[in-house]
Amino acid sequence: MALSREEVLKAGTLSRIRLSEEDVARFASQLSDVLGYVDKLRELDTRGVEPLAHALPIHNVLRPDEPREGLTPEQALAGAPESAGDCFRVPRVIDDGTSA
Amino acid sequence: MSAAELVPTIGLEVHMHLATRTKMFCACRVAYDERPNSCVCPVCLGMPGVLPVMNARAIELAVRMALALGCTIPDLAKWDRKHYYYPDLPKNYQISEYDQPLGVDGHLDVETPGGVRRIGIIRVHLEEDAGKLMHAEGGGDYSVVDLNRTGTPLLEVVSHPDMHSAEEARAYGETLRQLAVYLGVSGCNMQLGQMRFEPNISLRIGTGPDGEPRYTPIAEIKNLNSFRSVERACAYEIARHRQEYEADPAGYTLERLGKETRGWNDAEERTYLLRSKEEAHDYRYFPEPDLVPLVPDRAWVEGIRAGLPKLPGQFRKEMQEAGLPRKIIDALLQEDQIAKSWEDLVSAIRKQPQAKGWDAKRLTEIAHNWILQDVRRVLNERAIPLTELRNSHYAEEELAKLIVLVETGVINRNTGTEVFSKMIATGKSAAEIVQEGNLAQVADAGEIEALVDQTIAQNPKVVQDYQGGKKASLGRLIGETMKASGGKANPQIVREILLRKLGG
Amino acid sequence: MSPTESTARQVRDAIARREASAAEVTEACLAAVDRLDPQVHAFLSVDHAGARRRAAEIDRRLAAGEPAGLLAGLPVAIKDNLCTADGQATTCASRILEGWRAPYNAHVVDRLLAEGAVIVGKTNLDEFAMGSSTENSAYGTTRNPWALDRVPGGSSGGSAAAVAARMVPAALGSDTGGSIRQPAALCGVVGVKPTYGRVSRYGLVAFASSLDQIGPIARTVGDAALLLQATAGHDARDSTCVSQADQPLPDYLAALEEPVEGLRIGVPRQFFAEGLDPEVEAAVREALAVYERLGAKLTDVDLPHATDYAIATYYIVATSEASSNLARYDGVHYGHRSRDHADMIDMYMRSRAEGFGDEVKRRVMLGTYALSAGYYDAYYKKALQVRRLIRRDFEEAFRKVDCLMGPTSPTPAFRIGERAADPLAMYLSDIYTVSCNLAAIAGLSVPCGFTGAGLPVGLQILTDVFTEDRLLRIARMYEREVDWVSRAPALVAGGGGGAA
Repeated sequence: MALSREEVLKAGTLSRIRLSEEDVARFASQLSDVLGYVDKLRELDTRGVEPLAHALPIHNVLRPDEPREGLTPEQALAGAPESAGDCFRVPRVIDDGTSA
Repeated sequence: MSAAELVPTIGLEVHMHLATRTKMFCACRVAYDERPNSCVCPVCLGMPGVLPVMNARAIELAVRMALALGCTIPDLAKWDRKHYYYPDLPKNYQISEYDQPLGVDGHLDVETPGGVRRIGIIRVHLEEDAGKLMHAEGGGDYSVVDLNRTGTPLLEVVSHPDMHSAEEARAYGETLRQLAVYLGVSGCNMQLGQMRFEPNISLRIGTGPDGEPRYTPIAEIKNLNSFRSVERACAYEIARHRQEYEADPAGYTLERLGKETRGWNDAEERTYLLRSKEEAHDYRYFPEPDLVPLVPDRAWVEGIRAGLPKLPGQFRKEMQEAGLPRKIIDALLQEDQIAKSWEDLVSAIRKQPQAKGWDAKRLTEIAHNWILQDVRRVLNERAIPLTELRNSHYAEEELAKLIVLVETGVINRNTGTEVFSKMIATGKSAAEIVQEGNLAQVADAGEIEALVDQTIAQNPKVVQDYQGGKKASLGRLIGETMKASGGKANPQIVREILLRKLGG
Repeated sequence: MSPTESTARQVRDAIARREASAAEVTEACLAAVDRLDPQVHAFLSVDHAGARRRAAEIDRRLAAGEPAGLLAGLPVAIKDNLCTADGQATTCASRILEGWRAPYNAHVVDRLLAEGAVIVGKTNLDEFAMGSSTENSAYGTTRNPWALDRVPGGSSGGSAAAVAARMVPAALGSDTGGSIRQPAALCGVVGVKPTYGRVSRYGLVAFASSLDQIGPIARTVGDAALLLQATAGHDARDSTCVSQADQPLPDYLAALEEPVEGLRIGVPRQFFAEGLDPEVEAAVREALAVYERLGAKLTDVDLPHATDYAIATYYIVATSEASSNLARYDGVHYGHRSRDHADMIDMYMRSRAEGFGDEVKRRVMLGTYALSAGYYDAYYKKALQVRRLIRRDFEEAFRKVDCLMGPTSPTPAFRIGERAADPLAMYLSDIYTVSCNLAAIAGLSVPCGFTGAGLPVGLQILTDVFTEDRLLRIARMYEREVDWVSRAPALVAGGGGGAA
């Protein structure tokens, strides 16, 4: 299963990882190798097999609605690359309404 | 296809903040208007290594709402991750429920000018809210992020596209809000952003050759936070779709153009394109591995169902039949406990021997007068729910007895209010309090006449004003007489005697 | 008792009996670290001051007769993908978390501290635990103490090397596809991957959430049991961690010396197929012969989906979950942010490109691809279906046998750089270990010999879910009959440690 240059670039964009031309070439062949290997799974007949998403049959793990002290703003911002007052600072975002 | 045959088709997705104390997946307080980033912890900040844990109360409230909407609660509900990159979403994915939500197949009956319409509800599910991205103060060239809101439990209700006008969409939103507030599921405070709407609008443009309905492209309007904007955005879109379709009937269709995402510009009162079909997000949903599925215990679900109060729709009908005006109905339906208390109070008054012969209208009016004025005042003063007030000696039977004392003239209305407060504070009966405080109204005409004479003598200027044509001065004279009586005089009799004496 | 030669239990007992102080034990380990780590590079950070303070505190408590815990005074090393709030950074061997200080401890760290352990430092790993050699660390590769030009295995290479080189008696690692067991095998030490859900993952920086588990690395089975005892058990902060009611925590040490009567060992033929180094096979078969002499019964079993298909499944499931778990590293709230960027999206793209190494990038992109629209059914859903088939293979097998045995790794430690250019070849290092994570069962590696060149070989033992007590007893049966533990890398005695 060979990945085209466009598909690698698309995977990079979806993953928010900037790729140089050299990266694209290198990753295209490496990722194609791996995808070729995982294609092996097509050999298996999995009709009617329920996907196993959760390792253990645990359900309903809940916690009571009791508040607990968290972090102070200073602690929350301690690792922030840039801050402005009590907020995290980021490049100006044009609102595309993505935030729900 | 004529313009008249274009049928607006609107579905509404509504998000509301649940009335929990803590967030959906961590124990931080749900907070509003607090110092930025002061209600956060490693979990809702999405720090390396953290894990979510479900809030039991959020599940309970969600099931309560789903049941009130007539939904089926499935045997299994599971969590999924919905991926997109945005600075107010710390993990760059939102934990939500994708294909196995907590409630499905419900409905909401909505009153419209055209009658009651049953709007179908596809699903009800839970998810976590994101933080707030804001532009820099002072117009700096950057944005800032406050994550206090991140992780707040959100209930999403998705309707079928059963609405056919902007007014219907608005009415649906308002009815849903009332139900949520009534049940105590959400405060739905619009100022605090506790309720948000996303209408999906298109026009039905007839039937295709295969007999299936055809539509203009579906426009999803993001993030409306008032009923006014819902109504206006829907109206705008309906008109816009009409225009676009008439300009290009072959091309402006759902098959060709798919679904688009639009924003609403409130100042300019128009929508604008955010994302076309091609630019739609690929959310890459997959089951959330850090959370286990919910398998709602059937007995527990039935327990919640049994505990549901009489729903607003039913109450509204009964109150309308009882002749209550719309404003009063809305006020009583603010909270299920208030409405129920009114209903119980009406029954309690009816049981009082002195109330035989009172007509139904009088009963219901007196009851709502006391509930909305006195009971609600005490609740507001103490900032407690009605269930808690019962711990302080509130009981409809006792209030009914007090009401009878007022209605039969033993005490006047104002005194009644004072007595009520004392009843709540001490637990004593109305009769006891009236007797101990010697609060019985003075109804003896002779006594009152003496007080009136006194008032007239002591307030010559006011008397002059009244006799000179200033009708309002009568109120002042009544007030003075009441004061002289220590508040105990029967105000009707005071008024009658004053009028007689002043020749008014 | 010598802190750098004795087992963890011997060290712990000596401190408890006041024959040695926690302070002197810690000093001895710090001295070993200072002497040997410049050659091995097992540690990313060493907390001399903190360790000394802790040791002094433990001594004070012991002197005052106060309870000091199951591990009182025991020096341990912590893999650097476990959060520690002690002032040391938690980097996951990545530039994207360079210098990041966690404001909280992982649950297992809290447990170690509650039981009196002394944390010496944070160990090296493949970046975000993605790798089988520790060559993917952004802070240099760790060297195998048995041969400094060879890899220690991965991703818990630092922890395995620190223990193998006797710098510390015990360490914690994490295992997603073999990352405890494989380095344990390559470094000649014991490594245990508990059943999924036995140990809380709270504070383990997630790689693949449905596969990750934290486990002990030590020189003996008893030491591993001790560390497992201290760290396992329910934690309300991890919803996937099993409750005490459902799976009560046993006493792993109580019956450790009791052999399992009538032990039935399954030998999967898929674990002895093409690609297995003959010297590794010989050592493993010799170990199986020891079990036979002890009265165990060997049976051939079939695990049709446990090797090639398991690798394929793993590299879809693990990378998909990883692509999601690593989405948060974006330079917005913590971690590395690129200096020059045109806008928000550019900031994300550059920060992540600069912060992540190649292997991480490959896996994130692979995972994103497998989850993306149009590919979900063909890749992710398919992989989860095969995962169920893998699980069924083990359920079938455990109906007939008590455990499964085979080599942990197909080869002994390979040379540094040998597989770096071929990701797929590197992935195949995990061929015997990944199925255990996918099926959520328990597994360990115990030393079973050396190659002619003096490189360690590990025996892998797998048992059914929540049977760690039996797993450890089975391993102990063998360990009692041999003495691999006395052999130390030449490096430790001051020798060169070069390959033959």
